[in-house]
Amino acid sequence: MAEGTEAEGLVFHPMDQFVVKPLFGGDTIAWHTPTNVTLWMAVAVVCVILLFVVGTGRRAVVPGRVQSVAELGYSFIRKMVEDVAGHDGLKYFPYVLTLFLFIVFSNFLGLIPGAFTTTSHIAVTAVMALLVFVSVTVIGFVKNGAGFLSLFWISAAPLPLRPVLALIEIISYFVRPVSHSIRLAGNMMAGHAVIKVFAAFAPLILFSSLGFLVTPLAILAIVAMYALEMLVCFIQAYVFSILTCVYLRDALHPHH
Amino acid sequence: MELVAATALGKYIGAGLACTGMGGAAVGVGHVVGNFILGALRNPSAAAGQTATMFIGIAFAEALGIFSFLVALLLMFAV
Repeated sequence: MAEGTEAEGLVFHPMDQFVVKPLFGGDTIAWHTPTNVTLWMAVAVVCVILLFVVGTGRRAVVPGRVQSVAELGYSFIRKMVEDVAGHDGLKYFPYVLTLFLFIVFSNFLGLIPGAFTTTSHIAVTAVMALLVFVSVTVIGFVKNGAGFLSLFWISAAPLPLRPVLALIEIISYFVRPVSHSIRLAGNMMAGHAVIKVFAAFAPLILFSSLGFLVTPLAILAIVAMYALEMLVCFIQAYVFSILTCVYLRDALHPHH
Repeated sequence: MELVAATALGKYIGAGLACTGMGGAAVGVGHVVGNFILGALRNPSAAAGQTATMFIGIAFAEALGIFSFLVALLLMFAV
């Protein structure tokens, strides 16, 4: 009995929420098809505009509620860029702020039940991570010329060790965009899938005699995971932008 | 037919084994935060300036756990 009813309880797959679907019906997806991904990306951009353009439009000396939230986010990221990337890294602060705001809004919008988490797709995060990787490499070569290669040649290490370390450094440099993108996408996907797994156990009280034990636990677990996810959403956006700053610091000051 | 069954079996066993790697990431993240708190309790005035470093350490430790999670997902849905 237990097996049959449990199969009935799990009527949806926990990964179903990450399927990209066209918004206006149909099956084929071309590059110009509006999908649920494009919709939620647009919603994230609109939210950023609402907060930063409309919210600070009046520019009061004594800020209102929306303006103070915008100012808080602005000064938080600005301080982070200055602390991590150094004073000359402030030139790239608008880029880091854009990345952070887009990621943080995508993450939090994805927490709305029924919404789509755009940052849970590696395709989305890989584009952001590759852009960071390419621009950081270009900045490094433009600012330091061939001196940027000293990032891989660690002069503090003993001479026989240096070629080995150079190899390791080169590998870790090229793995950066991979880990940078997968960290964000994996965290988002894992958290949402866990919530969905518990959601599948929640209606068990309707199907099974053991449901009165499982259902309250499942609902409690959903609430706890949701709270954790709210923390993770912010921390992952923070980590993405702080790692961008770390890579920028390496590009601006490659000498260890 | 037996080969198909063996492939499916291996897929699930492999996905389960890949998930053990996430335990290593848990140990790593716990180690980073635990040591941060140890240091912060000894010198609370210096702690605020080092939270960013802690998050960078967490991120690096966590990435490898996410890799193993990714291997598990690939085995389950892509292979």
